[in-house]
Formats: sequence, C-alpha cells, structure tokens
Amino acid sequence: MASNEEILTGLAEIVNEETGLAPESVEMDKSFTDDLDIDSISMMTIVVNAEEKFGVRIPDEEVKNLKTVGDAVNFISGAQA
Amino acid sequence: MSITAIKQAPLREHTRILGVGAYRPEIIVTNDDVCQWIDSSDEWIRQRTGIVTRHRAPREVSVIDMAEAASREALASAGIDASQLGAVLVSTVTHPYATPSAAAQLADRLGATPAPAYDISAACAGYCYGIAQGDALVHAGTAEYVLVVGVEKLSDFIDNSERTISFLLGDGAGAVVIGPGDTAGIGPSVWGSDGSKHEAIRMTRSLLDVRDYSMGVGPDAESGESTDAGSESLWPTMRQDGPTVFRWAVWEMAKVAQQALDAAGITAEDLAVFLPHQANIRIIDEMVKQLKLPDHVHVARDIVDAGNTSAASIPLAMHRVLQEQPALSGKLALQIGFGAGLVFGAQVVVLP
Repeated sequence: MASNEEILTGLAEIVNEETGLAPESVEMDKSFTDDLDIDSISMMTIVVNAEEKFGVRIPDEEVKNLKTVGDAVNFISGAQA
Repeated sequence: MSITAIKQAPLREHTRILGVGAYRPEIIVTNDDVCQWIDSSDEWIRQRTGIVTRHRAPREVSVIDMAEAASREALASAGIDASQLGAVLVSTVTHPYATPSAAAQLADRLGATPAPAYDISAACAGYCYGIAQGDALVHAGTAEYVLVVGVEKLSDFIDNSERTISFLLGDGAGAVVIGPGDTAGIGPSVWGSDGSKHEAIRMTRSLLDVRDYSMGVGPDAESGESTDAGSESLWPTMRQDGPTVFRWAVWEMAKVAQQALDAAGITAEDLAVFLPHQANIRIIDEMVKQLKLPDHVHVARDIVDAGNTSAASIPLAMHRVLQEQPALSGKLALQIGFGAGLVFGAQVVVLP
C-alpha cells in the first residue's frame, strides 16, 4: 500500500509520460483540465495507467469527479485501503 | 422407419478477399468549415482527432448510390460478374428506411438479382461482421461469391452544432468480394458485443419520438419543449461519451486484436498492414502501442482525410493502402472494427 506522497510521485510520472509535463508541476491542488491542460482522452490514458500502477479500479463514471490531482490521489488511496 | 438421407452443401476449405472498391463523395469539409459550427480550431481538431478533412455526400446521393459505386469497382477488381454473387451484404446504420433493405436494391442495380441480400446493423464493426458472415457463407458452401459493403451517409444523422462526435464523421463506401481461395485468406473472426454499454454511442431519440413530436403528443411536448414538426432538433442525431469509448476502444479492443492474431496462428511480426477502424487517430496510435506492432507494419491512417466513416472506414483504408502500395497485395493485414452497440469484430486477412 502506497502513501499519498508515493501515489502523487507515481501519478506525476504517468502524467509526465502522457503529456511531457514536468513531474514537479503535478501538485495536489492542480486541476487536470484548467492548470495542466489535460484533455479527456489523455485523462483516460492516465487513469488506465494509474489503475495498472496502483492495482485499483477507477470506473468511467468516477473519472469525471477527479477534477484535481488531489482528487485522484485520494481516490487511489481510498481504493487501495 | 428410416428417413431418406438429404444432401448438404459441400464445404469449401479456403476463402479469401478477391477485390476491393471504394467511393469517396465529392464534398470536402475542412476543419475551418467545422469551426463555423462549433467553437474550435483547426489545430485543436488535428491534435485531438488527427482529422484534417472529411468527405460528405450531397443530398441527392444515397447510401445505395455510394454502395453501388464501390461495389462495381470491387467486382471489376475481383474479376467477378454480379450474376455470380451468391449473397449481397450491406453494413450500414444510415440507410434511411427500416425496410426494405439497401442490400436488395443494391443487388438489383448491380444485376445480382435474385441473390439473397440483407443489411447488417453493426455500426463501425459492420464491415468486419460482414466479412465474418461472407467468409462463413463461402466456407459452408451456401454461396460461392459474396459481396460485402460498408457504407455510411453519416452526414444525415449529425448535428453540426454538437461536439461529441459530429465533427469526426464523414460519408463513404467500401466494398469487397469474398470467394473461394486456393490457400487460407481469411482468419477466424473474433467478434462480439456488449449491450450494457449501449448508451456510450447512441442516437438522441427514437423514430417513435419523432412521430410523437410531429403529432404534438410526445413526452417532450408535455414538458413544454418545442414540437414544431420538421425542426432540426427533432431529428435523431448521434452522440458519444468520448472518454468511455476511448478506454474501451483501446484497452479492450487491443485484446480482441491480439485474439484475432492468435486465432490466425500468427504474431504481430508476421503482419504487413494494420487496418483499424478509423475512429480517432489517438485510438489508432494508442492501439499500435498496446499491440506492440513492429515498425515494419504499415498502419492505415485514412482518417486524416476521410474522417470516421463507420462501416466504410476499413474497406476505404484497405483500398487506399493498396492504391498507394500495390506491393502489399497478397500480404497479411489485421482488421478490427468496433463501435455502437457496443460491437466489435476482427480478422487477419490476405490483402486482395
């Protein structure tokens, strides 16, 4: 089970791979769409890679609730518990 | 008392695609045209979808007209006369009559009467469904030659002002002739459906709603919405949940594509061409990644010029590949269609 910090680091790597954004720009309070300019298709790729990396299931209907990086970290953390 | 034995049709061991034809309608819709209808830009559309232009047919050109043009070329390239056809299959979701079928009229126009003819409703998987059936009919000895057409006039079922799917879609037709072969030319079909996701790609309303609207008695009439007959808003048009479709199309369909390779007894290394349904360049690129296709495999990206033409996209892409690189004739291609239903179908084929 990963800590929130580890999840954030892992998520930042996934975001970096998909978008080229610097991992340090992926911070808890950043909005995926407004701050990081990640579109819905890239978001789905990030979600699927995060599922694989953290061994969790993130249903389609949940994805639209993941507005910020923190939302995603908290969801993954909760799903791992 | 014993019953008299009956004969069964003799089985044929091998089938193959003998020829391919295409029809691309004349009107070209650019991204700048699209941006008159939705708030977007050429760059945004290219980046998100890969599409630069899409073809659309004028009002007077029907699904049957487009199917006829593609079919004539496919028959000529196969060297088969229409009178030899044992079945005519038309995959379409945009023939604007529930009945009679487009296929029966197409067969008649081509001179294939009285060949059995029917439409297949499997959206973007329609062409691969047609190949599955055509292959089976020839295999089983039910028909010697089968015409399989994928044709769509999607421009009749879009709303230019919405931004989930309409700007992706184009019109067109592709056709192939399947017949007996000396060697194996069509691998086993891997096909299926998942109706639990029927809302992922859908029409805005049923024809019954249109009827009720036009009579002013529909449920929307009660809610006070306009019931003006003939208003564009009454007409059923397509919508999709893009991210849901993207996830399914890439990660679920990559598995199906792999199953088609396994069923044919080959690996990605053996392929010369990948012919995925032309839905979105990002689906295509991600699928190539998931399938770990080697660099030598030519990946069809007809979507750049043709947009998403649903059932027509794979035969159109096949036609283009063979026009641009005739040396690929006789080589192995993996084709996979997937779409509204949800439905999917995939096969490895020897290119005609």
